[in-house]
Amino acid sequence: MTANFRSMPVIALLTIVSLPLVIMYVFTLVDTFTNTEPGSLVPNEFTTEHWRFLWSPDVGRGSVWVATVNTFIFASTTALIVTSISVTAAYALSRLDFPARRFFLSGIIILHAFPTITLIIAIFLILQWLGLFDTLIGVIIVKTALELPFGIWIMKGFYDTVPWEIEMAGVQDGASRFMVWHKLVLPQVQPGLAALLIFSFLSGWSEFLLPLVLAPGSDSQVLSTYLAYFLLDDSLEVDFNLFKSVGLFYAVPVILIYLVFQKKLMNIYGGGSKG
Amino acid sequence: MQLKLKNFTKTFDSTTVIDGMDLTVNDGEMMALLGPSGCGKSTTLFTICGIHRMNGGTLHFGDREVSNLPSQQRNVGVVFQNYALYPHMDIRDNIAFPLRVQKLDSTTIARKVKEIAELVHIPELLDRRPAQLSGGQQQRVALARALVRKPDVLLLDEPLANLDAKLRLEMRSEIRRIQLETGITAILVTHDQVEAMSMCDRIALMKDGKIVQLSEPSEMYNNPSNVFVAGFLGNPPISFVKAQVQGDDFGFGNNRVAVAPGLKFRVGGALQLGIRPEHFGPQFGRDVQGKISFVENQGREDLYNVTLENGVVIRSIQPAGTRLKLGETVSWGVSSENVLTFDLQGARL
Ligand SMILES: Nc1ncnc2c1ncn2[C@@H]1O[C@H](COP(=O)(O)OP(=O)(O)O)[C@@H](O)[C@H]1O
Ligand SMILES: [Mg+2]
Repeated sequence: MTANFRSMPVIALLTIVSLPLVIMYVFTLVDTFTNTEPGSLVPNEFTTEHWRFLWSPDVGRGSVWVATVNTFIFASTTALIVTSISVTAAYALSRLDFPARRFFLSGIIILHAFPTITLIIAIFLILQWLGLFDTLIGVIIVKTALELPFGIWIMKGFYDTVPWEIEMAGVQDGASRFMVWHKLVLPQVQPGLAALLIFSFLSGWSEFLLPLVLAPGSDSQVLSTYLAYFLLDDSLEVDFNLFKSVGLFYAVPVILIYLVFQKKLMNIYGGGSKG
Repeated sequence: MQLKLKNFTKTFDSTTVIDGMDLTVNDGEMMALLGPSGCGKSTTLFTICGIHRMNGGTLHFGDREVSNLPSQQRNVGVVFQNYALYPHMDIRDNIAFPLRVQKLDSTTIARKVKEIAELVHIPELLDRRPAQLSGGQQQRVALARALVRKPDVLLLDEPLANLDAKLRLEMRSEIRRIQLETGITAILVTHDQVEAMSMCDRIALMKDGKIVQLSEPSEMYNNPSNVFVAGFLGNPPISFVKAQVQGDDFGFGNNRVAVAPGLKFRVGGALQLGIRPEHFGPQFGRDVQGKISFVENQGREDLYNVTLENGVVIRSIQPAGTRLKLGETVSWGVSSENVLTFDLQGARL
């Protein structure tokens, strides 16, 4: 009771500061289902017309469902590839003493810090040369490559917290190095694995720049570029409520994933499992 | 099974950590590797179990040469300082892991786990997780896991270092009991002389990657081969005094200690005396004068430092009695037949 009482001022302050955000979200939600007279704040009619993009394909550019499926394929494939490469590469970097290990480590940090935008032209040229321009596979490969340094670095952090004695004990118990990794070490970095999987899925889901430049066609578009079309295309009159509806549709999976997996995601910031 | 290290050399990068070490541990014997921190005890242990590779020399278990075999084929049980239990498995699975690796059938595994759990007195803990156990219990689990597949040798790296004082005492005798009951050849690495002396059949005392002396605990205490060994064993430690042989006496300052009959023909000139605290006190005469410069009451015993005229300090330990005061002048004696003599370079005379 007293503890609650003492935190009242803090709670009050936080409420005031976050009020504009909350109001914005509420209005976004309300706007997608209503129409409002110009100049008024209060909506005057309920409508589902702003959600018409879900059933009439001629509203945006191409079908929203194709874009949704594309986004899902894009995000989950990159997440799976990033996670599975990170989990093995990070182990090697954390534990194995191979030539040029330091070079790889610093390389990863530099790559992670590298702004994507500066690479985009080179990537564009390479994809075109490979014939992967404007394909989903092309963007997946590029996104995976750019996301990998982060994934490897995070997983290395998790591996570093596993005491090496555990591995040595496993080896003494007669297990092969692979079995030690699989049966003894992997279970202990599993929280990191789950977090990385979700994190890279979300990162793929919200990726905008790469699909915009590398997969501009309507067949390979993802939700972010589908959404941007409503703003970027000059020939359309901007319909803000429609834009908000599409935006909400795009954001709902992200919000759901955050709600369901927030504990697991926290692991990435917590820095590893407890031994 | 007998363990034999011959001419073992280990270098990290370019620094030689172990240089030409020979060590034989007899079948069923418990050997202590004792020495100050950084002298190469763990390195030796990890080489025996195959974690480190040897840069020179050979290692035999019985007649089998294992110098170049990987850890998995050596059949060595290791207990690590932090126990290294597998946190995601319960105790049963922890102990069963080495047997699962061997792909034994589940009834055999269950039987062996039960047997070994009874040996180390933890049958009621099998369903718990490592995090739910106390330090002493984790230690028992680590022992059980190391012993369950009947290794040729058991290696323990500072097994008691992470325990509090009371548990340390208990686990000291427990580890020894388990070693004796299984009759396994064991090597115990420790920097604690009390552990080494109380648990092991023989002690190999190491310094800078070399074995300085290898003998039974009492022999090492009574008959150290040099000042390092004499100074390492014993608490409170031995005192060293520079002295001169003068006729039938050792003289230092104005003080004299009779040369024991057995020593007479071996000593002469300048040398160092090693006097253990239990061999200096009022019960041995009154030939040595000094001032009390330090008093410590240890309950059962009193500990004194006596500073002689020439500044040399000799420690004394005596049964608790009338306590002497700081600064008091005393005339005590030295038990001459127990005095250890070393030359000025530190070698025993
Ligand atoms: N992996 C290693 N790389 C380089 N030097 C090492 C390594 N392991 C141990 N050393 C060095 O070898 C010496 C002996 O170490 P160690 O065997 O751990 O000593 P201790 O007797 O305390 O167990 C130390 O000087 C230590 O710095
Ligand atoms: Mg050590």
